[in-house]
Amino acid sequence: MPDTATLLFLEQSLNALQFGMMLFMITAGLTLVFGIMDLVNLAHGSQFMFGAFIAAWVAGETGNFYLAVVVAIVLTMALGFLMEVTVLRHFYKRHHLDQVLVTFGFILILNEVARALWGAQGLSLALPDALNRSVPLLPGLDYSLYRFVFIVCGIVVSVFLYVLIVKTRIGMLIRAGASDRDMVRGLGVNIGLLFTFVFGLGAALAGLSGALAAPIMSATIGMGEPILIIAFVVIVLGGVGNVKGAFWAALLIGFIDTLGRSYMAAIISFLAGDSVSAALAPSLSGMLIYLLMACVLVVRPEGLFARRAG
Amino acid sequence: MVDPILSVEGLNKRFGGLAATDDVSLSVPPGTLHAIIGPNGAGKTTLIAQLMGALRPDSGRIVFQGEDVTALATPARVRLGMARSYQVTSLCPDFSVLENVLLASQLRDGGWLSFWRPAIAYPRARSRAMEELSKVGLADRSDRLAGELSHGEQRQLEVAMALASDPVLMLLDEPLAGLGRDEADGMVSLLHSLKGHVTMLLIEHDMEAVFALADCVSVLSFGRIIASGTVNDIRKDPNVRDAYLGTEGDAHA
Amino acid sequence: MRKQLVSFAILIGLLCAVPPIAYWLDDLFLLSLASRCLILASAAVATNLIMGYGGLISLGHAVFIGIGGYVVGIASHHAFNDGMTWLSNGFLQLVAVLVLSVLVALFVGLVSLRTKGIYFLMITLAIGQMFYLAAVGAYDYGGDDGMTVFAKSRFLGQALSGHYLIYWVSAAYLTASMFLVARLSSSRFGLVLRSAKVNEARTRAMGYEPFRVRLVAFTVAGVIAGGAGFLMANHAGFVSPAMLHWTRSGDLIVMVVLGGLGSVFGPLAGTVAFLALEEVLSGITEYWAIPVGAILIAVALYTPQGVMGLLSRRRNHG
Repeated sequence: MPDTATLLFLEQSLNALQFGMMLFMITAGLTLVFGIMDLVNLAHGSQFMFGAFIAAWVAGETGNFYLAVVVAIVLTMALGFLMEVTVLRHFYKRHHLDQVLVTFGFILILNEVARALWGAQGLSLALPDALNRSVPLLPGLDYSLYRFVFIVCGIVVSVFLYVLIVKTRIGMLIRAGASDRDMVRGLGVNIGLLFTFVFGLGAALAGLSGALAAPIMSATIGMGEPILIIAFVVIVLGGVGNVKGAFWAALLIGFIDTLGRSYMAAIISFLAGDSVSAALAPSLSGMLIYLLMACVLVVRPEGLFARRAG
Repeated sequence: MVDPILSVEGLNKRFGGLAATDDVSLSVPPGTLHAIIGPNGAGKTTLIAQLMGALRPDSGRIVFQGEDVTALATPARVRLGMARSYQVTSLCPDFSVLENVLLASQLRDGGWLSFWRPAIAYPRARSRAMEELSKVGLADRSDRLAGELSHGEQRQLEVAMALASDPVLMLLDEPLAGLGRDEADGMVSLLHSLKGHVTMLLIEHDMEAVFALADCVSVLSFGRIIASGTVNDIRKDPNVRDAYLGTEGDAHA
Repeated sequence: MRKQLVSFAILIGLLCAVPPIAYWLDDLFLLSLASRCLILASAAVATNLIMGYGGLISLGHAVFIGIGGYVVGIASHHAFNDGMTWLSNGFLQLVAVLVLSVLVALFVGLVSLRTKGIYFLMITLAIGQMFYLAAVGAYDYGGDDGMTVFAKSRFLGQALSGHYLIYWVSAAYLTASMFLVARLSSSRFGLVLRSAKVNEARTRAMGYEPFRVRLVAFTVAGVIAGGAGFLMANHAGFVSPAMLHWTRSGDLIVMVVLGGLGSVFGPLAGTVAFLALEEVLSGITEYWAIPVGAILIAVALYTPQGVMGLLSRRRNHG
C-alpha cells in the first residue's frame, strides 16, 4: 500500500489537473479573441463570474444542477454575443488603450450588476447527491467524484475544440485568422460572423468553466479577475492565438500553482527553517506562477509554447 | 580598385517556399549611386530590410566599409553610417519638421542620453538640422508640424532626416513615389547634388529618374539579380526587356 | 517653453490657494481630499510618462505605489512594535523607496519591454498581481487587511503628519514631478521616447534602441509612483494590498485618459475629474461603478480616432 505522502501527492496532482482544465476552458476562447481579433478583452473574467452566478442561482431556484449548467452556458454565450454585437466589434481595429478602457468599463458594470442581482456576499452551489460523494481510487485514497467529472468535462471540451479547429471549415478559418488576420479578410468569408462566433464560443466556455467551478469555489463578486490574470499568464506562456499552447500551459500552471501551494511551506522549511517558511511561504506560493512566467520571458520573450516565428 | 562601401555576397531569404531574395550579390563603390529596379514583388523592399537589419537573411554576408554587419541590429548599423528613407511616409506627424530632423541629427551629437535640456536647445545639432533642411528646401517650414506638410514636402523631409544622421550610405526606398512631375524633378536634382558626397542605394520605379541618376543599375526579378551594369548596358540587355521593360515591346519578338 | 512656465506659475498659485480656503471654511476634509488628489495625480503623471509619451499601457503601475507605501508601513511596524525607531527616518525610507522602485522597474522592464503590444499589457498585469499576492500573503504585515502606520516618517525630528504639512509636501511633489516630466518629454530622450511610440521601426532605423529608452522611462515612472506611495501611506496612515491592486493601475490609466494623454497638466485634470466623478456618483447611487463604467465605454466608443488620437487632433485643429 502506498504511503500517505504518495497518496497526498496523487490527490494534489488530480486537483492540479482539475485546476488546469478549468484554466484551459477560460483561456481557449480568450487566446483566440486576442489572436484573431487582436482584442484585449479584460471582461472575459466577468463571463466566468456570470457563469458561476447564473449556475448557482438557477440551481438554487430549480434544484437541478444539470439544467443550471446548461442555462449558464446559454446565457453567458448570449451575453457574449450581446457585448460583441453592440460594442466590442467596433473596437477590433482600435488602439489597445481603447480596448482596455471599454472592457475595464464592462468589468465595473458587470461586477455591479452581479452585486445588484445576487448580493454582495455571493452565492454558493450545493451539488446534487449523485455527484457529491467520493469514490475510492486506491486503498486509502478517496477522491471527489465531482472533481473527476470536472476533469472529464475538460477533456471533452479539449477534444471538441481539437475537432472544431483541426477538422472543420470554421476551424480552418480560425487557424488562418490566428496566424494571419489579413489573409482571412482577403478570403472573402463573412469575417464579422466568424468573429461573433469566436467571441460567443469563448464566452460560453468561460461560462461553462464558471458554472462548473461554482460548487468548488462558490460565486463571488470579482472572482473573475484573479482567474483572468492567471489566464493571461497561460496565454503569455502558450503564445497569443495558440490553443494547443494554451492547453499545455494551462496544465503546467495548474500543476505548479496547486503543488506550490501544497509543498512550498515544507520546501522552505527544509531549506531555511520553520520561521522563515512561516513568513515567506504564503507569499511565495501565490507568486510562483508569475515568477515562472518572468523566468520564461527572460529566456524566451516569445513564450514557452509559441510557434517559432518565420 | 577602391574598396566598396557596401558589398553583399550571396544573400538569400525565403518565406515558406518563396524565395524573396535569391543569391543576391552587389558591390557599391564610394560616392556612387547604385539603383535597383524591378517589377512589383521583385523583392526590393525585402532586400532593403535585410541591408538595414530589419530582416535577418537565411544565408549570405553583408559587408559595410569592410566590416561584416550581417549579424548587427538596425541601430548598430545606423551608428556605423547607414541610413534609410521609407517608401511609405513614416514621420512623427505630431513633431515639428525641425524635431523630426533633430531626432536624426542628435544621434552623432551626443545621442539620446540627455534628459533635462530641450532637444531644440542644442545649437550644434540644431544648425546641423537646419542645414539639411535647407539642402532639401524646407528651411522655411521648420516650425510646422510634419503632418501638415504636403506629400512632396514629406518626401523631402524623409531625405533630410536620412541625411541628418551624417550617413556614409543612404538607402532610398522609392523617394519619388507619389510625387508630381515638378516635385519629382526637384527630388532628382536634389539626389544629383548629393552624388559624390554620400553613397546611395536607390530603389525606384521611375525609369527616367533612374537612368538620369544611376552610375550602376541592377535589375531584380523574383528575388534574383538578372542584370547589372551601366545605364546603357541595362537599356540594351534583352533579359531586362523581357522581365521588366517587356511592356514596351512585344514579349514574343 | 515660456508659455509652459506661465502655466506652472498659475498652477502653483492655484495650489497655494487651497490651504487658505480650507482654513477659512474650516474644512479639513476638503484639504485632506485635495492632498489625496495631488498624490494620486503625481502617480498619474508617472503613468502619463510611459503611456502618454511612451505608448506603453501598463496594467501594473500601482505596484510602485505599493512599494512606496509598504516601505513606510513596514518601517512603521518595526519602529512601533520592535522599538527600531531609526527606521522612521524619512530620508532612509526615501532611499529605500528609490532603490526598490529602480530594482523592481528594471526587473519588470527587462521582462516585459522586450515583448510587444498585447504582451506588455498582460505581463505588467501578471507581475502586478504577483506583488499584490505577495502583500496579501505577508501575514506579519497584516496580510489582506493591511496595517496602520503608527510611526509616520520623520525628517530631522519633524513627523510627516498634520493636514497642512502633508498638503504642502504633496503639492510640492506633484509640481516637481510634473516639471520633471515636462522637461523629460521635450528633451532628446523625450524625443526618442515619443518617436518610438509613433513608429518603432523608424526609430530603430534612426539608430536608437527603443528598448533602452523605454526602460529608462519605465524606471523614472516607477520612482515617481514610488514617491507617491510614500506620501500616500503617510497621508492615509494606512497601507494595504488594495493600494497595489490591479484596478488601481486601471484607475491611473483612466485618469490619464480623461485628462489627455501626453499633456503636461492632463494627469492632474484627469485625477480631479475622476475623484469628483466618484464623489458625486457615490453620493447619488450605491451602484456608482455602473455609470463610471458606462462613461468609460462611451468615451472609448465616441472618440473615433481613439483616445490616442485625441491629442494629435487637438494640436492640429485646436
